[in-house]
Amino acid sequence: MNLSRRQMLILLPAAAVAWKSVLAGSPEESPNYKMTDHWWGMLIDIPKCIGCGNCVRACATENDVPDGHFRTWVERYHRSDWPMTESGEVTANPLIVPEVISPDGGKEGFPVATDERGKYFFVPKMCNHCADSPCTQVCPVGATFISPDGVVLVDQTYCLGCAYCVQACPYGCRYIHPTKEVADKCTLCYHRITKGLTTACCEACPTGARQLVDLKNPNDPIHEFLKTHNVQVLKPQMATGAKLFYNDLDGSVR
Amino acid sequence: MSVFKDAGHLFRFAGLFVLAFLVFLVVRHYVVPKSFGQYGHYRGAAIGEIAQHPAKFAGHEVCESCHSDVAEKKKAGKHAHVNCEACHGAIFERLPVAEQPRPNLYQRAVALIVRPIQPDSPLLRHAEDPTVKPVLPDTAVLCASCHTASAAKPKGFPQVVPAEHSNGMPCETCHNPHSPQMDAGGAK
Repeated sequence: MNLSRRQMLILLPAAAVAWKSVLAGSPEESPNYKMTDHWWGMLIDIPKCIGCGNCVRACATENDVPDGHFRTWVERYHRSDWPMTESGEVTANPLIVPEVISPDGGKEGFPVATDERGKYFFVPKMCNHCADSPCTQVCPVGATFISPDGVVLVDQTYCLGCAYCVQACPYGCRYIHPTKEVADKCTLCYHRITKGLTTACCEACPTGARQLVDLKNPNDPIHEFLKTHNVQVLKPQMATGAKLFYNDLDGSVR
Repeated sequence: MSVFKDAGHLFRFAGLFVLAFLVFLVVRHYVVPKSFGQYGHYRGAAIGEIAQHPAKFAGHEVCESCHSDVAEKKKAGKHAHVNCEACHGAIFERLPVAEQPRPNLYQRAVALIVRPIQPDSPLLRHAEDPTVKPVLPDTAVLCASCHTASAAKPKGFPQVVPAEHSNGMPCETCHNPHSPQMDAGGAK
């Protein structure tokens, strides 16, 4: 029968490499996953990002993200050293404003840039999985929370859809799901990382610009990386304890 | 006891409070989910429920369990860090509804009894039966989605203007997608 062949040829090889607990009910019951042993975050290496949009498409596929909404998206910045308006025209305006575009969240990539002047870079964005998250603090019913392994999750069976958390997130990473009418956001592919897989966006990134990091794992290369690179988080002044680390982040990123 | 001589109404009132408190405890027992408060002010069981979401990207290890030759070739080349599903698509991705094959009568009858019909992606059918060949990605679109020249891309990243570079020829005429650099033995 179809089912047994599939199990033989897909589920068993998968289990052999990384998927030993694919049928485990909860991470605490899973034999190789202990929530207390992990503290998840992500590293984004800006100089490596080419703005192909593979991560945005992979995330939408993996998590059934509805069109027009994004759990992760990519922005393209164009920062000049001369006065420029938001549309990229050179003016006498003394304000230097970076031009930021993100057509459909960067899902289908970006238009070819022809203006060689100034500095271009891509900034992939997603939930920062803050250690002191403002979004979880405002939930009136306890439907969103920081899991013991440091992932900000939404209990969609408990969420009322009041959208307080959508307003509270300083990074704009939450949305109200159009059909479920509850808050939805990046789960850091919790269903994958608890099974030993990396996130869908990291799996699909062709340049390694995204890397899942486990801050509680002493052998994770992130510890060395944080010491030797110029790594920042977004909006550090908000003291959210963001765990989305950006290497070589330009100061103009908002 | 003279203090409590006319206090009967107070005891009845206190009894009402105790009764109301007991009702509150009973209602609370049934209304608050069992795992609420297990780890904090939320339903602890939600963590396990979220972890049960089905994965669609199986991970490159699954592909490499059969395609070790491609994995070896890729490891030596410039695309060493490009995972299989980054180009070939997610194994467990379902076809869009419009493209799903219409189930035949037998499949529909089985679905009534056993499980709902899950139309499979070509890659999933391939993993199930290696003789089924999945449709290969169109290199003209796929390669261009990363390697089209743009002033916005990092300067060190290899990029070309597709129309000028290949004169309309498909990329795999000269480059092997698994090891694309031509002077490193990767060319066809």
